[in-house]
Amino acid sequence: MKRDLLLFACFLLFIMSAPQFFAGGYLMNVLVFVGINTMLAIALNLLLGYAGQISLGHAGFFGMGAYLSGIMTTTYSLNPWIAMPVAAVVVGCLAGLIGLPILKLKGHYLAMATLGLGIILFIVFNETVDLTGGPSGLSGIPNIEFAGIVFDSDVKNYYLIWGVTLVVMLFSLNLASSRIGRALRAVHDSEVAAQVLGVNARILKVQIFALSAVISSLAGSLYAHTMTFISPASFGFNFSIELLTMVVIGGLGSIYGSFLGAALLTLLPEFLRGANDYDIIIYGALLMVMVMYMPGGLVRGFPDLFRKIFKKKAESGHA
Amino acid sequence: MQFDQILQYTLSGLSTGAIYALIGIGFSIIYNATGIINFAQGEFVMLGGLLTLSCLELLQLPLWAAIPCSVAVATVVGVLFERLAIRPLRQPTPINLVIITIGGSILIRGLAMLVWGKDTHAIPPFSGDDPIAIGGATILPQHLWILAITLIIIVVNKIYFYHTISGKAMRACSYNRRAAGLVGIDVKRMVLFSFIISSAMGAIAGIIVAPLTMTAYDVGVMLGLKGFCAAIIGGMSSGISTVVGGLILGVLESLGAGLISSGYKDAIAFIILLLLLFIRPQGLFGKADSERV
Amino acid sequence: MNFKIISVASLLVTMLFAATVFAAAPIRIGALFAVTGPAAFLGEPERNSAKMVIDEINKAGGVKGRKLELIAYDTTGDATKAVQLATKLIKDDKVVAIIGPSTTGETMAVIPVAEKEQVPLISCSAGSKITDPVKKWVFKTAQNDALAVGKIYEYLQKTKQTTVSILTVSDGFGASGREQLKIQAAKYGITVVSDDTYGPKDTDMTAQLTKIRGTHSQAIICWGTNPGPAVIAKNARQLGIKTPLFMSHGVSSKKFIELAGEAAEGIKLPSGKVVVADQLASTDKQKKSLMAFVKDYQIHYKAEGDHFGGHAWDAVMLIKNAVESGADAATAIRDQLEKTKSFAGIGGSFNYSPQDHAGLGKDAFVLVEVKNKDWAIVK
Repeated sequence: MKRDLLLFACFLLFIMSAPQFFAGGYLMNVLVFVGINTMLAIALNLLLGYAGQISLGHAGFFGMGAYLSGIMTTTYSLNPWIAMPVAAVVVGCLAGLIGLPILKLKGHYLAMATLGLGIILFIVFNETVDLTGGPSGLSGIPNIEFAGIVFDSDVKNYYLIWGVTLVVMLFSLNLASSRIGRALRAVHDSEVAAQVLGVNARILKVQIFALSAVISSLAGSLYAHTMTFISPASFGFNFSIELLTMVVIGGLGSIYGSFLGAALLTLLPEFLRGANDYDIIIYGALLMVMVMYMPGGLVRGFPDLFRKIFKKKAESGHA
Repeated sequence: MQFDQILQYTLSGLSTGAIYALIGIGFSIIYNATGIINFAQGEFVMLGGLLTLSCLELLQLPLWAAIPCSVAVATVVGVLFERLAIRPLRQPTPINLVIITIGGSILIRGLAMLVWGKDTHAIPPFSGDDPIAIGGATILPQHLWILAITLIIIVVNKIYFYHTISGKAMRACSYNRRAAGLVGIDVKRMVLFSFIISSAMGAIAGIIVAPLTMTAYDVGVMLGLKGFCAAIIGGMSSGISTVVGGLILGVLESLGAGLISSGYKDAIAFIILLLLLFIRPQGLFGKADSERV
Repeated sequence: MNFKIISVASLLVTMLFAATVFAAAPIRIGALFAVTGPAAFLGEPERNSAKMVIDEINKAGGVKGRKLELIAYDTTGDATKAVQLATKLIKDDKVVAIIGPSTTGETMAVIPVAEKEQVPLISCSAGSKITDPVKKWVFKTAQNDALAVGKIYEYLQKTKQTTVSILTVSDGFGASGREQLKIQAAKYGITVVSDDTYGPKDTDMTAQLTKIRGTHSQAIICWGTNPGPAVIAKNARQLGIKTPLFMSHGVSSKKFIELAGEAAEGIKLPSGKVVVADQLASTDKQKKSLMAFVKDYQIHYKAEGDHFGGHAWDAVMLIKNAVESGADAATAIRDQLEKTKSFAGIGGSFNYSPQDHAGLGKDAFVLVEVKNKDWAIVK
């Protein structure tokens, strides 16, 4: 427990000191999005990594959070501080309702059902032009204000978003090591066995699905208030896949892994910019290679790799 | 509402549905032999169309030669995919398989974008494009080709699965892989076979629709998803119920676009998918199967 | 740490050196285009044209002895990326002006950044809300959708047709067209009798067209970009629809005729003058620019230049003109841009003013018809 706390404290220090080095530059802006993506990756990881339930529709919840927040603050001129929790509650309830039937499905069927859900939500964002502005997007969303500070610059947004992200991380870390976390892992390994041990797997799955949707919605609201403009294109099927990639690359069932995955995938385009059109290929290949050769993700993959190399060296040393 | 309008919606729906059915059967064949939902299935549809384009324009082949050539190349891609990505997988859990086939589809699409560019391409119809009138509605000769080829494929499938040794062996795999292995069936070879058949079928589907819908590196995504819906409605069978599933989906979409709202047309398909998964995950015609619920 | 100080110091020295000795450092112009993704049909010709014209300018010795440097990024049509890259252009690359983005959605997302950082933005997208209301730092070169719609409605009014069916694609381009088609109808005494949409990836539109056939409207207007409109043209031919079919400027390239084949014949659409450059009267003010653009594009890329590329061409030329009149920093360039008068570009003749940052009139479009697999001006 102490070690965990120390690790988190180090991480906190690392995150909070970043602006010292990058403030003023463009990288600051990218780091804001690393924060949002970390939140989303953690949300999906709780579902996928801990409870073992796949979702290919999380961009939909992210989008709902963004749109609900955006619509409430523009069309109905509500304060973001009211809009964000309202959006989160609405998305959570909806996810709970849909989760009841959807989480009865398994494996591929669950993947397909959540994918369908994501696409339906995307079509709704596109078609309800009077509410969402349709494909041309919704603009003029206000920045968040707190105690007279308007969060309208990269550095301010960085602290705001990472503040929330760190809370979400701490919460998720605690959840993972709590009774619920253990129950979730039991469900992951064998639902039947979990049931026998007195875990209500069905309710637990729905709860974690709703929680995951709530975190995604929160990330969506923050995204809307940071960007001040949203359009359906940001919440499509491709983004759901990108989130999945983050979680898989970082490592299923590891909260810090989600950060690594989110950071890597958000920063990767910056390094691949010279590669022009090739980045989509690198992206697909990376996904396959990770699953094939590093199924534990970066978090577990690298230590494994080191151990292997050392072992080999030791062996060859003996020979 | 006039009769000929409804007739036209139905006919359009049936011809679109036949395509969904072909793609859907491709999904089911692999699923039944391996338990994998191949998210890259739609990419073979794209490959079929674009490879035919290259055969026609670059190699100057006549159409009758271009079609088998491109089906062959697409099949080779299917084999490579199975060999390089599916077989070496150390932990073939459903989640890993979903992710790896998604990765594969992104990769194939990206390579296709490099080879053929981002433009949309047209392929000439097999036999002219003078509309044929049926009642008050019209269809194109290409629609007849689609329906005919779909029919032929279903018949060939039926013969293969029920009247040849390897077809029966593949069915045995789909019932119980371990048992099939115990009676001496080479399960790995059957998996490879299933990839061969379904990538060839995907490519054929891609070729016969290309003259109507045109083709580009990214046509596979939506067609693949629709094909999967068809397979789900048909209860993942590799026979007639998936075909009916595809046709139902096509007709409902067409009627939905014509009578309800064209904007929500795709949503209709996916709402049907969700409802079906909730209420009858075994498909419209299937018997209950505990694995999926 | 030492290393860092040294590197920063050497960088500073280099910069100082560069600034004093080479007073003629290149002027950096940023560009954001959707080169990949669903809007690639816009972004690719735009990037190509911008590169081409900057190369040509530099080959001719630059502007007032200074070279122009283009820093172009691919937004993939994603608003989030567009915002990030706009920040990158301004903060890291220190550009004096930004060309693009390609789509209205991305532009709307980037506007707050440009306004806040005070860098002129010359958008290549068509949405009228980009410059309405006028924003201090935002200009655009693409013709408003409203002008294209007006062109079609004018023709319908002239030929005394009063009922139309509209079929628009469900993306930003189609949504903007749909809005304008509905708003402007009354002004021309036209009634929209049916309003349908189709998805950007749809492969069969016979259902929508069958419905439209049932309404017996006098004209069908379809708003979309390839390949949808080509499918619609083919479907309409299949259904034997004889109602005149109008398309948008989104398909005014040879690609559309190639895709739709026979079915394209007789279709009319508003287009930038670039596709009919050789048919224009020699008195046309734009003719010189247009012919130069078409010729250069053919030489550089062995392809037909289209009016999307023209938007980027215009944007670069506008900046070049501003630099020529003495501006080389963001604020001065903005002020000069606003003073642009009768600049005959590809998209039309531009007249910016403090009240108008779109700068184009109705003459930016001509109505063209597909005849014998080519474009012909409708008189």
